[in-house]
Amino acid sequence: MSAAGRPGRPLVVLPAGPRALLVELDGREATEAFHAEVLRRRAAGELPGVRDIVPGERTVLLDGIARDTAALARELPTWHIPPPRTDTAAVVELPVVYDGPDLADVAEAWGVTAAEVPRIHAGTEFRVAFCGFAPGFGYLTGLPDHLHLPRRATPRTRVPAGAVALAGPYTGVYPRPSPGGWQLIGRLPDPGPLWDPHREPAALLGPGARVRFVEAAR
Amino acid sequence: MTASVRPGAVEVVRAGALTTVQDEGRAGLAHLGVGRAGALDAPAAALANRLVGNPVTAAVLETTVTGCAVRPDRAVRVVVGGAPCRVTVDGRPVAWGAAVHVPAGAVLDAGPAVHGLRSYLAFAGGVAADPVLGSRSADLLSGLGPAPLSAGDVLPLGPPPQAGAPPADAVPWPGAPGGLVLPVHFGPRHTWFTPAALVTFTTRAYRVGAQSNRIGLRTEGPPLERARAGELPSEGMVLGAVQVPPDGRPVVFLNDHPTTGGYPVVGVVPEPALAAAAQAGAGTVVRFVRAGR
Repeated sequence: MSAAGRPGRPLVVLPAGPRALLVELDGREATEAFHAEVLRRRAAGELPGVRDIVPGERTVLLDGIARDTAALARELPTWHIPPPRTDTAAVVELPVVYDGPDLADVAEAWGVTAAEVPRIHAGTEFRVAFCGFAPGFGYLTGLPDHLHLPRRATPRTRVPAGAVALAGPYTGVYPRPSPGGWQLIGRLPDPGPLWDPHREPAALLGPGARVRFVEAAR
Repeated sequence: MTASVRPGAVEVVRAGALTTVQDEGRAGLAHLGVGRAGALDAPAAALANRLVGNPVTAAVLETTVTGCAVRPDRAVRVVVGGAPCRVTVDGRPVAWGAAVHVPAGAVLDAGPAVHGLRSYLAFAGGVAADPVLGSRSADLLSGLGPAPLSAGDVLPLGPPPQAGAPPADAVPWPGAPGGLVLPVHFGPRHTWFTPAALVTFTTRAYRVGAQSNRIGLRTEGPPLERARAGELPSEGMVLGAVQVPPDGRPVVFLNDHPTTGGYPVVGVVPEPALAAAAQAGAGTVVRFVRAGR
């Protein structure tokens, strides 16, 4: 049974200024379900006048509301939220060379050998929960709780484009060079497709995308 | 029908401390991690555009504190508005806040801001830098759009508007206030702070911090005490969000703000009030007043 369909505490609507609402959900699955319903309603023309729909870890932000914000806030808790359909979207496959500088540390934290890290990581199906940090940077969920990791104590001043990294419950792939505190386990041989502002959509890993990493030869 | 005019270009002679190309920014892409960007003092940019006969969507130059100088390769009508400054053409003083004619090859210099921070240079036809994701705005957080200007850069101009004379040649511009009063709607995370902190926030004076930039207006003043510890799960952030990092000093998110964040947002300053924040220099007194009750 989906948490989304459960009666009780389906969602909490918080104000975020005069033109935005932050909808807080009870868990990751409920967030995914609510986000999918918001997108469905917008595509069906049932949600006019909302400029940005921004999922977070446990929230969906509705921003740039060009109509009565209070009325929408009253309406949202009455929505029926069907459980999310996860089997429809195509899976994005990303080849990865698992030779990151933190591979040994990750293996130790997971209690496995360094050779097993790629097997576990590439054996997991991920989903982009939300984006942020940089254009096209997706926060991918899918690793079980016992494999969640802290950030590095000292962030790196430069992480190369294409680096595949872990932090908390998330996997991410840096679309361009930037500072970063995540644990680096590998790299995409070709990070180019991650972000292309002249393509529609610009981000390969937009919210809701399903992702699988495929181990590539060094 | 006016004869067509070569669109032309402007060369940057003096880039100043930070001069960027800005328009109304990128909307509707926050879910991909792409922020709004756009002119910080949006009404000033829009007014400069209107006075030069452009649509308000045209791209302008936004200066920071020290102004900038450019040399057009064709005669062009220009308005320098926003933060008041001395404006010259080849060294001769010309009007600030009204359309001036700059001959081909002459140097238009927008001097340091007399008060306020950011002046806007609107050229008839607009700055025609290549748009990225529907906007010509530079986003300094994400690096999207044209890089901040350097001396020697050449920026293309768009075809000048066919409409002829602009609708008005002089209008009153709002003066920069001595102090900044920012209305703030509480939420979404004001309950993460103690009741005493919320009183502090809306009654005590803060000052604009020297680290302020296009990403956020930082403040110095009494820290806000949290009622609950820890980080939030990352959530979407709106323009004008007042985020409170671990040091307890409120940061007002401006146009280049991150799209998601993990520090609690105590309240939101409505967008129309942010233009004044864009002109408030370091040390300016800021008061937050509760709105929306």
